[in-house]
Amino acid sequence: MNAPPTIPAPAGMLAELTHRCPLGCPYCSNPLELERASEELDTQTWKRLFSEAAEAGVLQVHLSGGEPCSRRDIVELTEHCAKLGLYTNLITSGVGLTRALFDALAAAGLDHIQLSIQDAEAESADRIAGYDGAFAKKIEIAKWIGEIGMPLTVNAVIHRANAARAGAMVVFAVKLGARRVEIAHTQYYGWGLRNRDALMPTRAQIEAAVAEVESLRETYKGVIVIDHVVPDYHARYPKPCMNGWGRRTFNVTPSGKVLPCHAAETIPGLDFWSVKDHTLGDIWRDSPAFNAFRGVAWMKEPCATCPRKEIDFGGCRCQALALTGDARATDPICYLSPHHAEVVAIATAEPPAEAPHYLYRRMKPLKAPV
Amino acid sequence: MSEPFLANDSRPRLPRGVRLKHDEVRGEWLLLAPERVVKANPIAVAVLQRCDGIATFDEIVDALSAEYSAERARVATDVRALLTELATKRMVDL
Repeated sequence: MNAPPTIPAPAGMLAELTHRCPLGCPYCSNPLELERASEELDTQTWKRLFSEAAEAGVLQVHLSGGEPCSRRDIVELTEHCAKLGLYTNLITSGVGLTRALFDALAAAGLDHIQLSIQDAEAESADRIAGYDGAFAKKIEIAKWIGEIGMPLTVNAVIHRANAARAGAMVVFAVKLGARRVEIAHTQYYGWGLRNRDALMPTRAQIEAAVAEVESLRETYKGVIVIDHVVPDYHARYPKPCMNGWGRRTFNVTPSGKVLPCHAAETIPGLDFWSVKDHTLGDIWRDSPAFNAFRGVAWMKEPCATCPRKEIDFGGCRCQALALTGDARATDPICYLSPHHAEVVAIATAEPPAEAPHYLYRRMKPLKAPV
Repeated sequence: MSEPFLANDSRPRLPRGVRLKHDEVRGEWLLLAPERVVKANPIAVAVLQRCDGIATFDEIVDALSAEYSAERARVATDVRALLTELATKRMVDL
């Protein structure tokens, strides 16, 4: 009786070209099980995917990783996207980007660069990245970007070691010439969850950092756009994660698995299709993983009859799973969730007084040491 | 700092990394910018297509009020509001 809901065309594609990366940031959004170079899709396959993406309605391609500049074909792939009319965004640590490579990317039609920073001061930044000299390299690259007038977004992840400089990082992004800055508090999945005791700021740190960044919006109006992703533990309603599952964007992993979000593989039982077996258009429309939580039909109470169900789409599936054990449950951030109180208590518990060392994000050695 | 200022002789333009595109899949005009996709209504399209860094604000308003046979003062108000808003979002340079 009910017509199947129409599936909107995807607007964004996150292409995780590789999981290789010189940095070791302990909150990396890549999975704990990193995919190896030998598993990566080849140049021709990526080109096919970008063509299929454009045909399916994708407008913006985010060339990401790992460090996308670890791919020898990054210029060729960028050029292919630009020729298709796709808006290209390079999400880079900057390490591994030479002037010659940067100029070649610009000539290939790259539209925008998103450059990560780990802190507003060198010593701390390099310690967080697990890479000496990374901070200085980023300053150099921002200069090149400014010289040719390419738009720059600076993005920073906030945690215990840099929360005191959340505002300083906005000011630093302005100095680097960025038009946009993303200040995002750490999300505790994968590597972030593994390092949670080392990363979790105190309540007082979080509140001060959030207030400081918010106060800079007016100061820098018309100079820099601040995108601020704050911890949602104190919110009344959950965030509309990914603007709804399978509604706006998808991720392709280095080996060609297509995911509704980068943490989706933490949800057991989902069947992710690969680009080796299907076209992107078919995957977007028909893959069981995309249809598992698409729309509102999958919802249980209290979401199923909630007037906000098409506003927040039940919140984040991965967070629901991580905190309640059920990926179909209401995101417990929602005050209507039966798990809300206990979850907030756990999620806002003060971290240990002494922060443990980071477990840096690294690929496992090929053979386990004996 | 305050709102970006748009002078009558400003020559607004789309900065590098911001593009107006007609999307064939959705059948609509879109403004593509870093991490942003904004739908452009027909009036915004008419304005933005004239933001070439050569035409001044005054000339853009003249052209639009002639083309749409609209009262100049009103066109000026609307175009100013649109461009100031987009400049605040760093999607137009004034």
